[in-house]
Parts: sequence; C-alpha cells; structure tokens
Amino acid sequence: MSDSPVAVEQHGPEHLHHFVDAEQQRDAASLGMWLFLATEIMFFGGMFLAYLVYRSWYYNEFAAGSRSLNIWLGTINTAVLICSSLTVALGVRAAQMGNRKLLVILLLLTIVFGFAFLGIKGVEWYQKYEEHHIPGRTFNADDLVRDYPQIHIDQRPEQIYFSLYFAMTGLHALHMIIGVGIFVFLTYHAWKGRYTPKYYTPVEIGGLYWHFVDIVWIYLFPLLYLIDRKPLR
Amino acid sequence: MSEHVMSSKMYYTIWIALLCLTVITAAVSFVDLGRFNTVVALVIATVKALLVVLFFMHVKYASERLTKIVIVAAIFWLFLLLALSMADYGTRHLS
Repeated sequence: MSDSPVAVEQHGPEHLHHFVDAEQQRDAASLGMWLFLATEIMFFGGMFLAYLVYRSWYYNEFAAGSRSLNIWLGTINTAVLICSSLTVALGVRAAQMGNRKLLVILLLLTIVFGFAFLGIKGVEWYQKYEEHHIPGRTFNADDLVRDYPQIHIDQRPEQIYFSLYFAMTGLHALHMIIGVGIFVFLTYHAWKGRYTPKYYTPVEIGGLYWHFVDIVWIYLFPLLYLIDRKPLR
Repeated sequence: MSEHVMSSKMYYTIWIALLCLTVITAAVSFVDLGRFNTVVALVIATVKALLVVLFFMHVKYASERLTKIVIVAAIFWLFLLLALSMADYGTRHLS
C-alpha cells in the first residue's frame, strides 16, 4: 500500500476527490442549484404568461377578483416570507461562523415562518371557499357583480382569474411545503453537527431554494392582490 | 469566494428595506395613478427581488462569473417567453 503510485488522500465532505479543491466544489454546487432555479423560473414563467395573456383580455374580471382578495393577509404573508428569508440568510452566516446552536435556532425559526405562511394561505383559501370563489360547479361571482356595479363582470372570465389564483398560489404553496421539508432535513443534520465553516453547502443551497420561493411570492403578491385597489368612481 | 462572510448588520438593513417596500407597495396601490399603478407595483417588486438575489443569495459578493451568466441567461429566457408571446397575443386585435 505504501508504494502506491497515487497518494490516496482522505477528504471530508467539503472536498470530494473529483474536485480540484473545496472552493471549486462549492462553486459547482452553487452553479448547479442556479441551473435548477433557471428551470424553475421557466416552470413558473408559463403560469405568469397565462396570467399576462388573460389579464390583458379580461382586465375587469381580474381587477374585481383581485379586489376580493384579503389584502391584509396578503401583506402580512409577504412580511412573513421576508422574515423567513432573513432567518435563512442569518442561518447561512451562522453556519459560516461555525455557530451550531444559532444555526439550529435560525433553521427552526424559518420552519415556523414557513408554517405561518401556509396557515395564513389556508385561511385565505377557506375564505374563498366560503365565498364560492373556487372555480367549478359551485362557482358564483354574483357578490362581485353586486359589490362593484361600476365594473362590468362576466362569470366565465372571473373563473379564469380564480383558476390562475389557485394554480399560482397552489404551486407556490407546494414549493413552500417542499422547502419546509428541506429545512427539517437541514435542521436535523445541523443539530447533529454535520455543518462546519468548511462544509455548509447544503445550508447554502437550501437557502438559495428558499430565497427563490420568496422571490416568486414577491411577484405574485402585486400581480394577484394589487391589480386595482384605487377608489372606484 | 463563497467564503465571504457578510456582516449581520447588512442583512438586517436589507430586511428592513424589504419590509418598507412591502408596506409602500400595498399603500400605493390605493392611490389612483392610472396605468402607472401596475408599473410602480412591478418596479417595487423588481427592486425587492434584486435585493434578495444580490444580498441574501450572495450574488453580489460571492458568486462566480459563470453563475452570474446562468442567472442573466435565465432571466433572458423568461423575457423571451413573455415578450415574444405578448408580441403575438397583444397585437391580435390590430389585425
């Protein structure tokens, strides 16, 4: 063994043998995650395109549907997600500094914010269910026609708005649920002490995913909630 | 390069800025700016997204040039998808 022509070095997870050095490995992981996020941008992009086309065709119905959403809960949920992004960013920093206890606390806080967002979203969806605003056989937008007599509203395109509302917020919520799962995984391994200042790539990569989901909501909020809130004449 | 540790003060500053922009965008939507309501809402959303990408996702200080190219290319793909499709759907009433 000792006269082996190639010296076999023992590496930790921070430097696997097929990478030149730890820095190259980190950069490769980050590049791979960004490539995945590029596909995610196109995944959501199709929905944003559908939204854009139908909004340009049925602006009145989109405006009325947007008014019927709860802007307070929407704004609070935006703030909740921004707070979760802060805890993620500080968590990555705690991992860089090797502060295991702080990392675990910040990851747990992120999970709490994630559940808070999903809970508030659930309350909003339930309000829509009670108002018969879920597209389908029981859909009824008579209340919108009554509330906004200044706007001409057709029932069918009104369903298109709510279909897109549920599809877009639903796909976003699915990403949140997956994100919470990832952070439960990260919390377990952080608690076990697997992440060090030399190797915290999973925290960094999981953080990129979480921030991406936050950015999707940053656009969903104005596009769905704030189409037309100005006083009706 | 990814090892660059940023001060927690910077993260808190970005967080406060994001919260302020959220309140501003919600409040401005009640003011009648005509067609500019949508423009203002999207500009604020883009500023918020940029703050998250550059600082929370470490693109400003810690990313390789190759990663930055991927990000710009991804946004360009999205632009192609939206712009070329709207060039079709947005002009159909003209014919």
